Amino acid sequence: MFGLPSGPRFRAALAGTVSAGLVFSMAACGGDSDDAASTDSTASAIDCAPYTKFGDLKGKTVTIYTGIVTPEDTPHIESYKPFEKCTGATIKYEGDKSFETQILVRARAGNPPDLAIVPQPGLVKQLVATGKAVVAPAEVSANVDQFWDKAWKEYTTVDGKFYGAPLGASVKSLVWYSPSEFKDSGYTVPTTLAELKTLSDKMVADKKKPWCAGINSGDATGWPITDWMEDFMLRTAGPEEYDKWVKHEIAFNSAEPTAALNAVGEYLKNDQYVNGGLGDVKSIATTTFQDAGLKILEGQCSLHRQASFYAANFDKDTKVAEDGDVFAFYLPGQDAASKPVLGAGEFVVAFADRPEVKAFQTYLSSDTWANTKAKLSSGWVTANKGLDQANLTNPIDKLSASILLDPKATFRFDGSDQMPAAVGSDAFWKQSTSWITGQDTKTTLDNIEKAWPK
Amino acid sequence: MFNTASTTPEKLLQMLAALLLFAAIMGLILFLAGRVGGGKRGNTIVGYLYLAPAILMLAVGLVYPGLRTIYQSFFDAAGKAFIGFDNYATIFTDNDQLTVLRNTVFWVLVTPFVATAVGLVYAILVDKSRFESVAKALIFLPMSISFVAAAIIWKFVYEYRPDQGNVKQIGLINQIIVWLGGTPQQLLIESPLNTFLLIVVMIWIQAGFAMTVLSAAIKAIPDDIIEAARLDGTTAWTMFRNITLPSVRPTLVVVLTTIAIGTLKVFDIVRTMTGGQFNTSVIANEFYSQTFRADNQGLGAALAVLLFVLVIPIVVYNVRQLRQSEAS
Repeated sequence: MFGLPSGPRFRAALAGTVSAGLVFSMAACGGDSDDAASTDSTASAIDCAPYTKFGDLKGKTVTIYTGIVTPEDTPHIESYKPFEKCTGATIKYEGDKSFETQILVRARAGNPPDLAIVPQPGLVKQLVATGKAVVAPAEVSANVDQFWDKAWKEYTTVDGKFYGAPLGASVKSLVWYSPSEFKDSGYTVPTTLAELKTLSDKMVADKKKPWCAGINSGDATGWPITDWMEDFMLRTAGPEEYDKWVKHEIAFNSAEPTAALNAVGEYLKNDQYVNGGLGDVKSIATTTFQDAGLKILEGQCSLHRQASFYAANFDKDTKVAEDGDVFAFYLPGQDAASKPVLGAGEFVVAFADRPEVKAFQTYLSSDTWANTKAKLSSGWVTANKGLDQANLTNPIDKLSASILLDPKATFRFDGSDQMPAAVGSDAFWKQSTSWITGQDTKTTLDNIEKAWPK
Repeated sequence: MFNTASTTPEKLLQMLAALLLFAAIMGLILFLAGRVGGGKRGNTIVGYLYLAPAILMLAVGLVYPGLRTIYQSFFDAAGKAFIGFDNYATIFTDNDQLTVLRNTVFWVLVTPFVATAVGLVYAILVDKSRFESVAKALIFLPMSISFVAAAIIWKFVYEYRPDQGNVKQIGLINQIIVWLGGTPQQLLIESPLNTFLLIVVMIWIQAGFAMTVLSAAIKAIPDDIIEAARLDGTTAWTMFRNITLPSVRPTLVVVLTTIAIGTLKVFDIVRTMTGGQFNTSVIANEFYSQTFRADNQGLGAALAVLLFVLVIPIVVYNVRQLRQSEAS
């Protein structure tokens, strides 16, 4: 790497770089060619009646840019087909793994897509700050009022203006477990936090290490603890205090967050509870979040708190169902009546207000699209109340949807995703990692508070 | 044409256009150079014409971003408010940032000297032995592996599995610890030990580079000097101290400084193995995290400037030594 530059070697390197670049650029566009055959099979079944309101958009093109790549992109592209078929518009889908940095670059450079699927409210705010995002049309706003819980609308409302409808959603308040172990050992799914503790103690009495956890995730190491803390903040302090905490109306090191992190500590920093099959408390820091829950299948761990998307981590032979090898239950509230739900989701933000863009944006916020998408995909849910849960096929999707759409549930979006980047994707992660490797709660929260931008 | 190309033909077309543009500019320069008359003045003009593309590219790709980074380092996180030297003050007062500086000092003090020493000793030991080429190839191999790949290999070497039931170790070091009757350790967590464990990876890579260059320098020592020394009955140590070392000194300096520059800029190893967690971050990694993850462009820029300032003296020294050794 530090060899002294010499003529031929440099030229060879240059040639290599150029040809590699060529290969990559070709490979990059190989993926998004449309699958013509599948269009025909679904086309005959499409009832175009719900689409007539969008009018005739023949010859018009809408570009949509997302971080959703193979294989999750296929159901997305498929779900646009009825719209394309009935209105005549063409949707150009572009998936990019580095979406989160690239979308800002593109918006700032004046080269944004028509629509972008943005996974964090914080990023929506950054995009609005570039001045390139366009306020959502009235039809979308009406759809969101009709189909979503009002908490959702606030996430993309900046300075009183509403910028985009939610799309998909995920539930984070889940605990993974082995249904067969529960049956064999006579455990029951807890319905309050106190019962969760009793269950954990019972497992300890049965000579088990009940919990397994892992927070290692490259340079994002620490994020699973932020989810834990958010879940407990919602439970020990309640949704109102949670909102104040996220907006920094109460200090990060004040009493409520301290109590919440200490409550997490009763599980994660408890040598009797962790780390099933993985080591001591500190091993949480070095275990990748993908690996941690797999210990349930090996019988070395009984409980693992992780979001609904964790289902994708089990291999194909594992049956993820209530009567299968592994399943999840809702992380209970303080009492059986309160149902706080921590989750995340994506939002569609527009950078153009041409009629076809507005039409497609409206389509994506409708119940028509939600049900079309639900039929096509596995491992996907939405908080759209127009969703007919019968259209979901996967057991974990059904569970997620039932939690999200429960009228008694109080939904809150992942807090670290809404905090400023200096906290939400830096200090919070780093300090959580230090906390799990031995730092006390007070120092941890003091340090995060100090990192909050003034 | 200046839009982002999305289809393959568009991309190929754009690339073709860029190549044609490049050829056209080069053609224009050559044409102009051909029109300039001879003589001393003419030659000077031709010289400047040939330099122009390189200077232009350096200006656009290096000088402008460099100046812009220095300018940005005086601004706050969003790059809007002027805050003077506050970012630099943060680097030298904030606890996290001081850890970053401490680690960088460890890296720069340990890596070049140990890597060079290992390379030198190895070069002398295998010199003129029967297995010289095989032995050299072995230690040079890590050089041909990318930093990320090396970091992944070593991450497995340090991997930890608990001492629990029938759980088996998969990391070499911990398996050795277990064989010796110890309990497995989470090697990458304990600071500052973890920083030194990362430094080992860099030494593993760089020792091959040091060995190759130094071995060539050793072979360049004139045989008559060595023979004369042997006739005088020198011991191996005096030979090394009075003949080998002075002869390879210029090369030694170049090797040391080259490794030092590379070490100051180390990023891949830290990012791959620990992500800068557990107090292992170094300047280059912190600069990336602050700029792209914490969204603190001002502090990121200040770290980049600091790195730049630290590298300059070594580069200057390196270039001067290189010139001296070429002149002699």
